[in-house]
Amino acid sequence: MGTAIKKGKLHVVTLTVNGEEHAVLVKANTTLLDLLREEFDYTGTKKGCELGDCGACTVLMDDRPVNSCLVLAVEADGHSFTTIEGVEQGGKLDRLQEEFINQAAVQCGYCSPGMILSGKALLMRNPHPTEREVREAIGGNLCRCTGYVRIVKAILAAAEANS
Amino acid sequence: MIIPEFEYVSPQSVQEACALLVQYGDSARVLAGGSDLLVKMKDGLMKPAYLVSLKNLDSLKAIRYETGTGVIIGARATHNEVMNNRLLQEKYRSVCEAAHSMAADQIRNIGTVGGNLVNAVPSADLPPILIALDARARIVGSSGERTIALEDFFLGPGKTVLEKGEILAAIIIPDQPTTGSNYIKFGLRRAGALAVAGVASSVTVSDGTCRDVRVVLGAVAPTPMRARQAENVLRGKKISRELIDETGRIAAAESKPISDIRGSIEYRRNLVNVLTRRSLKAAIEKGHI
Ligand SMILES: Cc1cc2nc3c(=O)[nH]c(=O)nc-3n(C[C@H](O)[C@H](O)[C@H](O)COP(=O)(O)OP(=O)(O)OC[C@H]3O[C@@H](n4cnc5c(N)ncnc54)[C@H](O)[C@@H]3O)c2cc1C
Ligand code: FES
Ligand code: FES
Repeated sequence: MGTAIKKGKLHVVTLTVNGEEHAVLVKANTTLLDLLREEFDYTGTKKGCELGDCGACTVLMDDRPVNSCLVLAVEADGHSFTTIEGVEQGGKLDRLQEEFINQAAVQCGYCSPGMILSGKALLMRNPHPTEREVREAIGGNLCRCTGYVRIVKAILAAAEANS
Repeated sequence: MIIPEFEYVSPQSVQEACALLVQYGDSARVLAGGSDLLVKMKDGLMKPAYLVSLKNLDSLKAIRYETGTGVIIGARATHNEVMNNRLLQEKYRSVCEAAHSMAADQIRNIGTVGGNLVNAVPSADLPPILIALDARARIVGSSGERTIALEDFFLGPGKTVLEKGEILAAIIIPDQPTTGSNYIKFGLRRAGALAVAGVASSVTVSDGTCRDVRVVLGAVAPTPMRARQAENVLRGKKISRELIDETGRIAAAESKPISDIRGSIEYRRNLVNVLTRRSLKAAIEKGHI
């Protein structure tokens, strides 16, 4: 009993992150965002507004984008998550990530992990989206640098490469 | 940003959830998607000692049709589940469209129908269209179940008829002769913006005559409100452009908006006028509910 764990204050959470299953103890008021950054070191998940407005903290929960700042870590129990670190496969960047580089869709980069995950989720459910569908899919991701044009281009280019 | 500490409980049945809510009283809150509650807790506007999570209550999640009852939407269904649901797309596409008008993909994946209603925010996007479709709220408490008109569910900003220990279990849209319905939200941006005003309408039209109509206004009164005087202008009459214009004017006059950061009283009244006309025209012409 080295560390004092008050009964009822910690919860066991079993979750899969980027393909690996973990069982962790979390406090009830820990957000998924803090769990991913502080416990798992997946700091590609960015902390912006913390109120659901900016999308910097976007991760995929069972392949659907969510704001990790508005999900409690305890509620993550039983779910599977993908962070930006889990998008590349076998050390090779995903086509969508390559297109972000090719199209110069990254400036400061703070929005990029969230943008890429929202784009990735879109392409998984709709491999050939229209520009309107792309713009809608990133409607919850704010970018203060690029003006969005190159981001939209990058996602469309990755879709093109799908065919 | 720190969420103040609380005890988290995740009951395995609705009955257990209600019992816990009775036991903890005012110090407890129901947690559904958390997209509103966690924001309020981070902002220090709310400091519940207990959160009773609905996470394990899958019975509250289904969207299904029951003969004799209608379409039942579980309170835990998320906005994206509503938006993409086959049954709703076929029977009440306007509800899917209203769900689609909300927030952005990330929030629609966690935010629930129940949270949107119990929140009782005047600008919420689901109440107007659901009230226009004569929806009922199925409420479960430790001593049983009751079903009321959703129209009577809201008491004021943040206030509903839910009593201690009660949770909203489902929304029911009864079978109806309605021929068309529609919700128009006016926000300052297409994504992630709350309604400055929203208008939903439903109509039953035959032979060019409006047999029945409901007009429901959002974000222009302390609760979602029916524009009854406006409805009376149109009900039972042959539909004409002039009559629809008159309906818009009357709806604007009976709305009770306030001025806030999103819009002034005058601006909102004008919006109600324009949106009511547009919503009615779309409901009359669109031919889907
Ligand atoms: C960035 C952002 C954008 C948003 N945009 C919109 C928008 O465009 N339109 C809009 O209408 N809303 C919007 N919202 C508000 C919110 O996301 C929605 O109202 C959502 O539906 C709330 O659902 P929830 O499940 O997350 O609720 P929660 O936060 O879990 O709960 C909200 C309240 O309802 C209570 N509650 C929840 N479910 C039940 C139940 N079944 N029985 C009893 N009580 C219950 C909770 O105790 C709490 O008081 C937005 C929020 C954010 C953060
Ligand atoms: S940090 Fe989560 S949405 Fe901004
Ligand atoms: S690149 Fe800087 S915020 Fe998007």
